[in-house]
Amino acid sequence: MSDTTSDATPEPVSGAGAGPVVSAANLELTFHTNDGPVHALKDVDLEIGQGEFVSFIGPSGCGKTTFLRCVAGLETPTGGRLSVNGMSADAARRARAYGYVFQAAGLYPWRTIDGNIRLPLEIMGFSEEEKRRRVRDTLALVDLEGFGTKYPWQLSGGMQQRASIARALSFDAGLLLMDEPFGALDEIVRDRLNEELLALWGRTGKTMLFVTHSIPEAVYLSTRIVVMSPRPGRISDVIESPLPRERPLDIRDSREFIDVAHRVREGLRAGMEAA
Amino acid sequence: MTDTAPISGQGAGIGRSARAALWMRGIGHTLVPVATIVAAILGLWYLACIPMNAQSSVLAAARAGIAVTPESPAERRQMGGLALALANPEVAVSGAFGQDRARLPAPHQVAAELWAGTAGEPIGSNRSLVYHGWVTLSATLLGFVIGTGLGIALAVGIVHSRVMDMSVLPWAIVSQTVPIIAIAPMIIVVLYSIGIQGIVPKAVISAYLSFFPVVVGMVKGLRSPDGMQLDLLATYGASKAQIFRKLRLPASMPYLFASLKIGIAASLVGAIVGELPTGASAGFGARLLAGSYYGQTEQIWAALFAAAILAALCVGALGVVERALLGRMGMRS
Repeated sequence: MSDTTSDATPEPVSGAGAGPVVSAANLELTFHTNDGPVHALKDVDLEIGQGEFVSFIGPSGCGKTTFLRCVAGLETPTGGRLSVNGMSADAARRARAYGYVFQAAGLYPWRTIDGNIRLPLEIMGFSEEEKRRRVRDTLALVDLEGFGTKYPWQLSGGMQQRASIARALSFDAGLLLMDEPFGALDEIVRDRLNEELLALWGRTGKTMLFVTHSIPEAVYLSTRIVVMSPRPGRISDVIESPLPRERPLDIRDSREFIDVAHRVREGLRAGMEAA
Repeated sequence: MTDTAPISGQGAGIGRSARAALWMRGIGHTLVPVATIVAAILGLWYLACIPMNAQSSVLAAARAGIAVTPESPAERRQMGGLALALANPEVAVSGAFGQDRARLPAPHQVAAELWAGTAGEPIGSNRSLVYHGWVTLSATLLGFVIGTGLGIALAVGIVHSRVMDMSVLPWAIVSQTVPIIAIAPMIIVVLYSIGIQGIVPKAVISAYLSFFPVVVGMVKGLRSPDGMQLDLLATYGASKAQIFRKLRLPASMPYLFASLKIGIAASLVGAIVGELPTGASAGFGARLLAGSYYGQTEQIWAALFAAAILAALCVGALGVVERALLGRMGMRS
């Protein structure tokens, strides 16, 4: 993947600057509904550096998805400061600073897998040759070679989600935002995709923001785990993972892993009691 | 796509002959109910011919010297067809199915007229239903193209502009509540006064009827992408034009075809209605009108069936285009 950055037609914004990739200070987002204001996010302070893998975990309504959408510029915070790659979230969105993976694969049924991965490349105006090369490379990256000419409905749910990750990777943004990408998949497929995602992260060195509600998934993947709690949506704990970057699946039986998982669970419980 | 049948598709994993058998069974499944309905309709039609044509059957019998009840012609005229048929069952049945200018011609008479009008006449002839069909069809197609274009343009406007959304759709709905039979003569007169006549006024009436289903269907289709699909394009920083071309337009195709099928049928109705008030000399409308002037009921029914067959052919042709296009787009329709 490293070779794809060199001769890209529109230079993607890389997060290789000196500052943090994502920086939030006193971030606040209040939705006004008929039942009164809903504090989706309150006093969120967080800095995420280049190459980190940060998971956001918490019960529904804790604002983890809302925070990700704020970073993506899909929601506008009502207070505080938020910068992505040193610019506003909206400017970063327009500068195509990140790839976003949704909970559902959301592939276009009228496009083949190739066609779906080409979609962002078409919109961003890559050259024809570049499009072909990137589709081929990202298909290989997510282990979907030979499935390019298939239509989404011909693929399993896990393969569809891999294709949607390929779509988010194809234009090689330095930041990858993932909103419960494996939430709808069964445990076995999820384990495999987690392992592949870690390998992918290791190879590409991208900055990852990953929303989940699975404790083992968060602990297995992350260098840092942000525990959130609801009403108002806020950060209740941030846990640095002591695990090494190389993580075979059976690391989940190790002492360190269980300790971190325990701390996450404690954080979640404390957050629920305070709410 | 060509070499890979869907794994879960019907008939997958079985041989060619078995697939053929499945296909035959499928035909059988549809053929039997359809044939039953057709037979029932034909039976009812023949049955209805007896009371409907009883007056003239009994009159013809009386003139031929056969005893009928009641004897007085004045009294018979007072009676309903059903009562008369019941009073003279034999005469009413024997005379019901072969009358010239029958009040209700029997199916085989209509079929014979249809056959004579299509296969039995040279295509350029004034009596040829193919000729009249082409006159109506050309106006239908022109109106359909205008109506579809207008409908799509309005739908695109409605989806992209809040002002149009609030203002256009109510008027489009109001336009369809006005009886077309009332507005058609006005359209023709107005267009004639500015020197437009011939095919265009008919096409305008067709367009007037066919733009509406296209507007409604396309608005729904263009709005069919969900929030996630729109968010996805927002994360790519896509422009409105790109969102339209890459997402809204392809997503709306199934809706468009559903609308087009309604629209083409409405177009045909519009073209026929457009032929009525002008005293047009050609087209299905003219055939219907001439048939009713001269009491040529077979001609009316034949023109009616020809119009229905033409509509079915148009809808069928759209269905073929739809399957080909959506198939090419990888959609299962």
